[in-house]
Amino acid sequence: MLNILILCPIVAAILALLGAPARPAALLASLINLVVALLALFQYDKTGPAFQFVSEFGILPEWRLTYLVGADGLSLLMLLLTAIVTFAAVWVTPAVARLEKQFYACLLFISAGAMGAFASVDLFFFYAFHELALIPTFLLIGIWGSGDRQSAAWKITIYLALGSFILLLGLIGLYQSVPVAARTFDIRALQELAAAGKIHPASANGVYLLLLIGFGILISLFPFHTWAPKAYASAPTPAAMLHAGVLKKFGLYGLLRVALPLLPDAARHWTHLLIILLIGNIIYIGLVTISQKRLDMMLGYSSVMHMGYIFLGIASLNTLGLNGAALLMFAHGLSIAALFAIAGQVGRRTETLAFEDLGGLAKPMPFLGFAFGLAAFASIGLPGFANFASEILVFFGAFQSHVAGSPFFGFRLATVLALWGVVISAVYMLRAYKAVFMGELPGRWSALPDLKFSLRLPIVLLLATLLFAGFCPRVFLAFLAPSVKAASFRETLS
Amino acid sequence: MMPAIYLEAIVLTLGVLLVLMEAFSNSEEKTPVAWLGIVGLTFVFILTFFTANDLSASPYSAFYHADFRAIFFKRFALLTTIVVLVLSIEYRGVVQKYVFGSRPQAGLGEFYALPVFTCAGLMWMASAVDFIMIFVSLELVTISFYILVAYMRRNAGSLEAGVKYLILSALSTGFFVYGITWIYGVTGQTSLEKIGAILLGLKVSHGPLLFGFMLVLTGLGFKIACAPFQIWVPDVYQGAPTPVTAFLSVGSKAAGFIVLMRVAEVFLPVPWINHKAVTILVALAALSLLYGNLAAMPQHNLKRLMAYSSIAHAGYILIAVACIGSRYANIAVSFYLAGYLLMTLLTFLVMAAVANQAGGDDIVHFNGLGKRSPYLAFAMLAAMASLAGIPLTVGFFGKFLIFYVAYEKGQFLLMGIGVLTVAAGFYYYFKVVRAMYWKEPADDTPVRTSPLTGATIAALAFCIFFLGVYPAPVIRALEGPPSDNPRLLAR
Repeated sequence: MLNILILCPIVAAILALLGAPARPAALLASLINLVVALLALFQYDKTGPAFQFVSEFGILPEWRLTYLVGADGLSLLMLLLTAIVTFAAVWVTPAVARLEKQFYACLLFISAGAMGAFASVDLFFFYAFHELALIPTFLLIGIWGSGDRQSAAWKITIYLALGSFILLLGLIGLYQSVPVAARTFDIRALQELAAAGKIHPASANGVYLLLLIGFGILISLFPFHTWAPKAYASAPTPAAMLHAGVLKKFGLYGLLRVALPLLPDAARHWTHLLIILLIGNIIYIGLVTISQKRLDMMLGYSSVMHMGYIFLGIASLNTLGLNGAALLMFAHGLSIAALFAIAGQVGRRTETLAFEDLGGLAKPMPFLGFAFGLAAFASIGLPGFANFASEILVFFGAFQSHVAGSPFFGFRLATVLALWGVVISAVYMLRAYKAVFMGELPGRWSALPDLKFSLRLPIVLLLATLLFAGFCPRVFLAFLAPSVKAASFRETLS
Repeated sequence: MMPAIYLEAIVLTLGVLLVLMEAFSNSEEKTPVAWLGIVGLTFVFILTFFTANDLSASPYSAFYHADFRAIFFKRFALLTTIVVLVLSIEYRGVVQKYVFGSRPQAGLGEFYALPVFTCAGLMWMASAVDFIMIFVSLELVTISFYILVAYMRRNAGSLEAGVKYLILSALSTGFFVYGITWIYGVTGQTSLEKIGAILLGLKVSHGPLLFGFMLVLTGLGFKIACAPFQIWVPDVYQGAPTPVTAFLSVGSKAAGFIVLMRVAEVFLPVPWINHKAVTILVALAALSLLYGNLAAMPQHNLKRLMAYSSIAHAGYILIAVACIGSRYANIAVSFYLAGYLLMTLLTFLVMAAVANQAGGDDIVHFNGLGKRSPYLAFAMLAAMASLAGIPLTVGFFGKFLIFYVAYEKGQFLLMGIGVLTVAAGFYYYFKVVRAMYWKEPADDTPVRTSPLTGATIAALAFCIFFLGVYPAPVIRALEGPPSDNPRLLAR
C-alpha cells in the first residue's frame, strides 16, 4: 500500500516525460495517492503494532541494509498531508508556458520523495528519499521561478546539500553508536536498542547536535533559515506549496522520529540551545516578517517563523507538547500551502505582489479575499482551525516542562515570548490582508476575474481539512499517541 | 576455472592482433579495429566471471594475487577500456583532423590499439603484489599514455599536454623507483607480503624506511592526481584527446589507488609507521579536497572542470585510504572508484557527443541541451547528480561509505572538510545542469549520436541509478558471496 504512494508519482512522472499528457497524468496520480492515503488512515489498526503496512526488500542483507517501508500514526498523518498538498498543488498549477512535461515531472518527484521519506522505516532510505527532491527543486526554481530566481535556486540547493550531508554524518554516527553486532538502520530495532540503553552515551550528545543542525538547516531553524524566504518567493506556486507545506516537515518529522526517541538524554542536554534558537525563529524572524514589503516574501518568512512553535513543542519533550508539534506540522503544512496558492493566484492577476501597489482586491475577487482571510486566521492560530488546537497544546506542554534550576526560568520565559509571537503573526497577517484586499482599489484592477469555480476546489479542500482538524483534533491525536509516547520521556522518568 | 593470469595474456594477444590488423589490412576504414577491440575485451570481461580466485594453487603467488579485489579491478580496467574505445570511435573526427598521413584514416588504427595495451597493464597492476611487478606494469600503462596524450600531433594543446605529462610522469616514476630501492635497502625484499612480515617482526631502521615510503607515496600521488602533485592535471586533461582524458582520469587513477591500497595495507598496520603515515595521508586528502573543489568552481570549460573534479574525488578516496584498518576502508575505496568510473565515463561520452556538434567543450556549449536532446541531457543530469553525491545514485553510496569509515576512525577534520567541499561540489556540477535546463539553446538541432554511443550512454546511466539503489553486485564482487564470509553477518 505504501509502495503505491511512492511509486505512483514516479510512474506518472516517467510517463509524462515519455509523452503522456502531463497534467492529467499528474492529477490522476495525485488523486490516486490521496485516496490511498485516506484508505491507509482508515485501515490503520490503532490497537495493533506501531508500524503497519510493512513491506521490505533486502538490499544488502549482510550489512542489514533494507528497503523497508511502514507507517505509524505520525507517518500516516504526514503521508496524508503530502497527498493533500500534492493534489492541491497539481490542481492549482496554471498553464505552463514551456517544458510542461518536465514541470509536472519535477512536482511529482518532489511528492514521491516526500512520500518515500515519510513511509521509510529504514534510516538510509528515509534520508535518500528526501534528497530525491533536491534536483527537482533546483530545476523548478531555476526554470520556472520568478524574480531573483537564479540566486534563490543556488542558495537553496547548496544550503540543503550542506544540511543533508551534516545530517548524513549524524545518521552514520547514530548507526555506529550501537554495539557492532546490533548495528542497523531499522528504526524499530533502534528504538528497542534505545529502550534497552544500548546506545553508547558518550557519543550521543555529539550525534544529537549533528542531527539537530542537519535537520535544523532543512527546517530553516534560526540562524540557518536564510535560504527559505527567498526560495519560496521565487519558486513557482506549486513548488512553494510543496516545499513549504511538505518537504520542510521532513526535518521536524526526523527530529520526532529519530532524534528524540533514540537520544532522549542528549535531547535534554541540548534543550537550552534549541530554546534560544527557536526564540530567534519566533521573535527575530517574526519582526523581520512584519517589515516585509512583498506578500510572497512575507509568507516565506512567516513559514520560517512558525517553525519556532513546532520546535517549542519538540523541545518540551512531553506528551502535550509533542502532540501539539505533530499536529501543528500537519496544520501549518495545510495553511501555508493555502496561503501560497492564493498568493500565486493574486500574483498571476496583478503581476505584482508588492504591498504598496495592491489594495482593495476583495471587491473584484470576493472568494480569494475570503479564502485568504480564513487561511490567514488559521495561520495566526485563531480558534476553530487546527493551528489553534495544536498551538494551545504546544504552549501548555512547553509551560509544563519547566525544570527547576534551569536558567532564566527556561521554558516559562520561552513560552511567554512565544505567546507574543502570536501577536506578531497577527500583526503581519492582518496588515497583509489590509494591504492586499482592503482599502482603495486601483482602477486598472476593477475588472479582475475571481477564482474559477474549478480552481476553488483545492483551496476549499485545504481549508476544510484545517477546520475539520480544528474542531475534531482528537481524531488525529488518537493516531499520534503511540509515536508521541515513544518520543516523550519526561513522563516515563517521573 | 582458468587462472587469472590468462586474462592478461589474452588481452595482450588481442592488442598485438589489433596492431597487425591495422598494419596488414588493405581497408581504408579503421573502425573495425576498434570494433574488434570492443568485442575482444567484452569476451575477456565475460571470462573474468569464470576465473579462479584461488591463491594457493598459483605458482606465481609470490608476486601475483588473484583475490576478489584483483579480479574486480581487472573488470574495472576492461570496462573502462571498452568505453574508451566507444568514445574513440565517437571522437575519431577530431583525431583525424590533427593527424594526417597518406590515407584519410591514417593513424586511427593505433589510436584504437594502444588502449588495449594500457588495459593489459592496468589488469596486471591489479594483481601485482611485488614492487618490481608493480613498477613494470605501471610503466606499461604510463608509456602507452605518453603516446596517447600527445596523439593529435598537429594540435598544440595535445603536444603541450604530452610534454608536460612526459616530464612530470618521468619525475614521479623516478621518485617511485628511488623509494623502492630504499625500502629494499632496509628490508632486502621487494615482495609486499615479505616486507610486511619483516616490518612487524624484526627491528628495522625507521628513518630510511619512512623515507622510502614517503618517496613511494609521492610517486603514487602523481598517478592518483592528488594535491600537491596535481600541477600537471588541468593542462594535460584539457589538451589530451577526450577519450584519453577519460582513460587517464579513470584508469590511471584507479591503478594508482589499487597500488596505494596494497602498499598502505602493508605499511599502515605497523604501529610506528601508522601514526606518521596517517597524518600525511590526512594532509594529502585535505589538500586535494580543498584545492580540487575550490579550483573547480570558477571553471568554464567542462574538460578542465572534470580535471579539478578528478583531483577532488582523489581527495574523497584518500579519506578512505587514510582509514585503512577499518573493516570497510578497502570496500569504500573500490566502490567509490567503481562509481567514479561510471559517472566520469558517462560525462565524457556526453561531452564528446555534444562537442562533436557544438565544436567545443565549454559549459556554454551545453546550453539548452534539455530542449535539444532530452535523453542526452538526462544522462548528463544523472552523471552530475552522481558526481555531486545525490542519494539513489552510485556516487552517493560511495560518499556514504567514505564518510562511514571516516566516522568509524574518528577523522573529524576530514569529515568537516568533506561536508563543506561536497556543498562546493554541488555548485560546480549544477553549473552544467543549469546550462542544460535553465539556458536557452543557441540552435534547436538535436545532438546526434551513433547507436553504439547511445547504447553505452544508456547503459552507464542505468548502472548509476541501479547500483545507487542496489549496490549489492559491486559489494559481492569485492567481498565474495555472503555465505563465504560468515563474519560479515556478525557486523
